Amino acid sequence: MNNNLKKINIYAIYLGAIILILPLIAFFINAFSFRWFYPQVIPKELSLQAWVRLKLIPKPGQRTFEGFIELWASNPAVIKALLNSLSIGFLVTIVSIIIALPAARVLGLLNFRFKKLIIFIMVSPTILPPIAFVLGLNINFISWGFSGNYFGVCLVHLVPIMPYVVLTMTGIFANYNPDFEHQARTLGANKTRTFLLITLPAIAPGIVVAALFAFLVSWSQYLLTFLIGAGKVMTLPLLVFSTASSGNPALTAAISIIFIFPAILILFFTSKFVSGESGATSGFGKI
Amino acid sequence: MGGERLKIILSLTPPLLIIFTLFFGGIFYGFLQSLGYQPAIGKYEINFSAYYNVMFSERYAKLFWTGLGLNLWVSFASTFLAAVFALFGALAIRKTFFAKTICNFIYSLNLPMPHLVVAVGIIFVFSQSGLLARLASQIGLIGSPGDFPVLVKDKYGLGIILAYIWKEAAFFFIILMSVLQSLGENFEELAQSLGANRWQRFRYVILPLVMPNLFSASIIVFAFSFGAYEVPALLGVIYPQMLPVMAFEFFLNPDLNARSEGMALSIIIAIIVMILVVFYFWLTQAKIRKD
Repeated sequence: MNNNLKKINIYAIYLGAIILILPLIAFFINAFSFRWFYPQVIPKELSLQAWVRLKLIPKPGQRTFEGFIELWASNPAVIKALLNSLSIGFLVTIVSIIIALPAARVLGLLNFRFKKLIIFIMVSPTILPPIAFVLGLNINFISWGFSGNYFGVCLVHLVPIMPYVVLTMTGIFANYNPDFEHQARTLGANKTRTFLLITLPAIAPGIVVAALFAFLVSWSQYLLTFLIGAGKVMTLPLLVFSTASSGNPALTAAISIIFIFPAILILFFTSKFVSGESGATSGFGKI
Repeated sequence: MGGERLKIILSLTPPLLIIFTLFFGGIFYGFLQSLGYQPAIGKYEINFSAYYNVMFSERYAKLFWTGLGLNLWVSFASTFLAAVFALFGALAIRKTFFAKTICNFIYSLNLPMPHLVVAVGIIFVFSQSGLLARLASQIGLIGSPGDFPVLVKDKYGLGIILAYIWKEAAFFFIILMSVLQSLGENFEELAQSLGANRWQRFRYVILPLVMPNLFSASIIVFAFSFGAYEVPALLGVIYPQMLPVMAFEFFLNPDLNARSEGMALSIIIAIIVMILVVFYFWLTQAKIRKD
């Protein structure tokens, strides 16, 4: 008697999955087709036209190893934006972890006055929208000379990233037993060795998750980069946005595919760690 | 003890410094500017005229109040619908069936997807010459693209709502899955053995158990969708316009007086979100006290 209901249930899940995957299918059709006119569902001809126009794939006839190298060395806009996005993401991730590590340890292991208040202050950037602080900050950055350059963009990316890194790592330290460090120290290990051999291996999984989240938050930042970068620091989200508003679906789709690639990769690696209990998961809602 | 205290202070200073100077500093400076204090153009007086202009002047009042209405509508509708879809998805997907792992992956696929990309995807699928319109014309439902309903760049914010549902349903889904997993099926089996039917098990067993997490996730999603810029900027129309887009456009206006109004708008958005969060904390604290 329950069998029919079960079947409907399962079909509903399949339908949901198909609906959810539709945009992704549309991305790939748009990026690899040429003259995909209404009402075709499946394009009549496949083409790499969009990728050629973005200077990511050489023109037919030049698709040799040297051809690719030569084209990419000519520094096309997408490669430039990709390198900017990557380097800002890496830099900001490393800096945020170094800054957050001691703070997370103190917050996770010790009890002291105003701890709750400090945690509340730390996570406040996750609650209020970025537009609330970046308009005012923009004016300050102009007068400090941080506007329109790489350094300023990195600095402003720290604001949305800091809360997640601190929160994730505080959670790790809350379950961490510092007694092992004391044992290592009494057995004669110095501070550096204790950190490298005892502390680091214990917190490494947490650091990896925090780092991936931090990178992803920086990677998908549009508004902050646009305002603080003042058009001089081009990253992938800026390129996606401007191409999308100018309305060329094939180019937009091709850049978007490059843009979402790391995101899907990161989901693969973190799906084990991602759960409702991790403080970092709330970060996903904000990307 | 003195050494420990110093250690605490030294460890906490760097991240707090970033948050205070950049985040709170930015808000504070934005607030000053919204009061008309703009030394850059020689204005030092402090008043609330930017707030008054935005909310009540003949020029902007209509734009502001329709924008606020659109904001509330979009945030409520997308948060509620995303939560409902995710809840049913999470409940249904617990059973074993063919290709469960793939479905699970697809359901969480939008989680790391940037909002910007989701917005572009919504254009590709739901616009009048998008994938759905093509499918509809293939099976003879519509003729020309104009027959397909306007779902993207429409004045009711439907495209924006769709984008937020797409994205945030995955977020709710992950949170619900982990809650349901940690609960196990014991409660439900118990209720079933006591004679509870499907609806009763859902209404009186599952819903109360997942509600706290669902509610706190809803606050995050609501606050985000209320203040985010990218999605409404790509999928919205000029009128009515969501408040973050309006604030940003005021700010980029070459007329430096409009800058105060843009700042005032961004402060208003922040205040509304803050009221919401305080209300949420008050509600949960009240509940804890009651229990």
